Amino acid sequence: MLEVRDLTVRFGGITALDGVGFEVRHGETVGLIGPNGAGKTTLFNCLTRRYRADAGTVRYQGADLLAVPPHAVAALGIARTFQNLGLFPRLSVRDNVLVGAHHHGRAGFLSAGMRLPGVRREEERLRAEADGLLRRLDLAHVAGHPAAGLPFGTLKRVELARALAARPRLLLLDEPVNGLNSAEVAEFAGTLRAVRDDFEVTVVVVEHHMGFVMGTCDRVVCLDFGRKIAEGSPAEVQQNPAVVEAYLGTPA
Amino acid sequence: MSETANTANTASTANEAAAEPAEVQAPGRDASGEPGSWGARLRDAAVERWRPIALAALLLAACYAPFQLVPFRVFQLTMVLVYAVALLGLNLLVGHAGQISLGHGAFFAVGAYAAALMLDRWDVPYLLTLPVAAAVAFVLGLGLGVPAVRLHGLYLALVTLSIAVFLVPLLKRFESVTGGSMGLTLTKPAPPAWTGLAEDQWLYFLALAVAVAAFLLARNLLRSRVGRALHAVRDNEAAAEVMGVRLPFYKTLAFAWSAMFAGAAGCVYTWVIGFVSPDSFPVTLSITLLAGIVVGGLGSLSGPLLGGLFVMFVPSWSQDINKAAPGVIFGLLIIAVMYVAPTGLAGLAGRAAGRIRRTLRRE
Repeated sequence: MLEVRDLTVRFGGITALDGVGFEVRHGETVGLIGPNGAGKTTLFNCLTRRYRADAGTVRYQGADLLAVPPHAVAALGIARTFQNLGLFPRLSVRDNVLVGAHHHGRAGFLSAGMRLPGVRREEERLRAEADGLLRRLDLAHVAGHPAAGLPFGTLKRVELARALAARPRLLLLDEPVNGLNSAEVAEFAGTLRAVRDDFEVTVVVVEHHMGFVMGTCDRVVCLDFGRKIAEGSPAEVQQNPAVVEAYLGTPA
Repeated sequence: MSETANTANTASTANEAAAEPAEVQAPGRDASGEPGSWGARLRDAAVERWRPIALAALLLAACYAPFQLVPFRVFQLTMVLVYAVALLGLNLLVGHAGQISLGHGAFFAVGAYAAALMLDRWDVPYLLTLPVAAAVAFVLGLGLGVPAVRLHGLYLALVTLSIAVFLVPLLKRFESVTGGSMGLTLTKPAPPAWTGLAEDQWLYFLALAVAVAAFLLARNLLRSRVGRALHAVRDNEAAAEVMGVRLPFYKTLAFAWSAMFAGAAGCVYTWVIGFVSPDSFPVTLSITLLAGIVVGGLGSLSGPLLGGLFVMFVPSWSQDINKAAPGVIFGLLIIAVMYVAPTGLAGLAGRAAGRIRRTLRRE
């Protein structure tokens, strides 16, 4: 489904990604781990076309993803969440989720301004879908609340709901359980597993929380200083000396 | 591992189950109070739906007012409506799309001059000048929206300010078309005989009709996918783009639509005043408009109307208080309002309404 080959990104003299390559198959959940600054978020930003790759290719469902303009990535079925939350603070939770469904709507300035019957029907359909998602993720009671001021754990779910509203085939989650307590992590893992099966999404997840990665991922890719240093099943990668070294350093 | 999975699954199912009764409960809560008592139910309904009720009352008062007031007051209210239409547009751009314009007076002027030229040169029926003036401003806004795609904050403010700055000399320079400094004097639209209205009343109702139409247009726009996209651009551009919102498209069109409202307001201004000259649209008009929408309430639907009241009345009040320094009084009033109501008069009104509603509910 997703094929990353020799992906290289440089910022000035720093090489953030250095010839990274891996594959994600349909229906898989792939974990992307590595110490801070390893290039995980840079990789996500390349996949959503926020950063330009200096070399390498990314193929998504057979097409060249690096030739797609940033705003068209969503329409291809790729949705993401952000490391430090990328919500719209002044919008209600429901509206945040509805923005996620932006590319499923057609209403333009004129038709929306006149509230033509087609626009009205479309709006009702989108609202019903959004409300369904909100109930599914236990957010119905905060639907009308502005995103700003809600608890962090709730906001993480709002972001997941917004990503799912795009009806993605590929879901990119950037540290989804970062900052959650252990009960919330377990709950989020359960929710993620459930929605992954229901919505038939392929997931790539960046996460430091090893328990979460072990519990949700089919395969793990480990990056360090922009290079792939290991790939395999969660258990294999956890035992890999290079991974242990990257996280803990070499013995003195 | 599978144990965690099970607990988590159970947790999420429990959450779903918990969400269901909450849904069922919600409609019940609205009609709580004392069930059976019609008065209480009516009051609760009124408290719940206070917005449409307040709007209807406001519209009724607006239709009644011109029959009770002297022509000068009717004229003043007409100008409030004219400014409110311009501010609806500015609000769309600044309050909702998060861009800035210090040159909206120019779009206002373009609409006013477009209408004046059509009336003066080609005797176009005045109702026809409205869509044309709005369209001219729209196209100009589209052109000037292009820099907005690349510029942010202060840089955008500077570019838009320059538009307002060079407009006055430009209007004076092309004397053959614009009438130069002398301006253009026009006959105001006459009320049709069947209405039995005086001229000031007719102009007032024309402005009211345009204002109501503009309000509905803006409201529909903002409650749609387009409005949400604009809000998303304002709150977090990067996230908006990931959701598939085309930033250049929405920024440029926000400018164009905003300019269109200002142009329509300018057109009505020409109908009402019957005279346009370059000095009617100085740079301070642009700045007063921006001050008006900030004081009125950015990003709120009632902000433009409150801002229109502010733009119309506060400069003349400051003139009354101290003839020597109206600017100082005007500035001090802006500071005072922002100190008392940092979210604008609309925010203040909203908080007051919320308090009244809570008090009524508690009774």
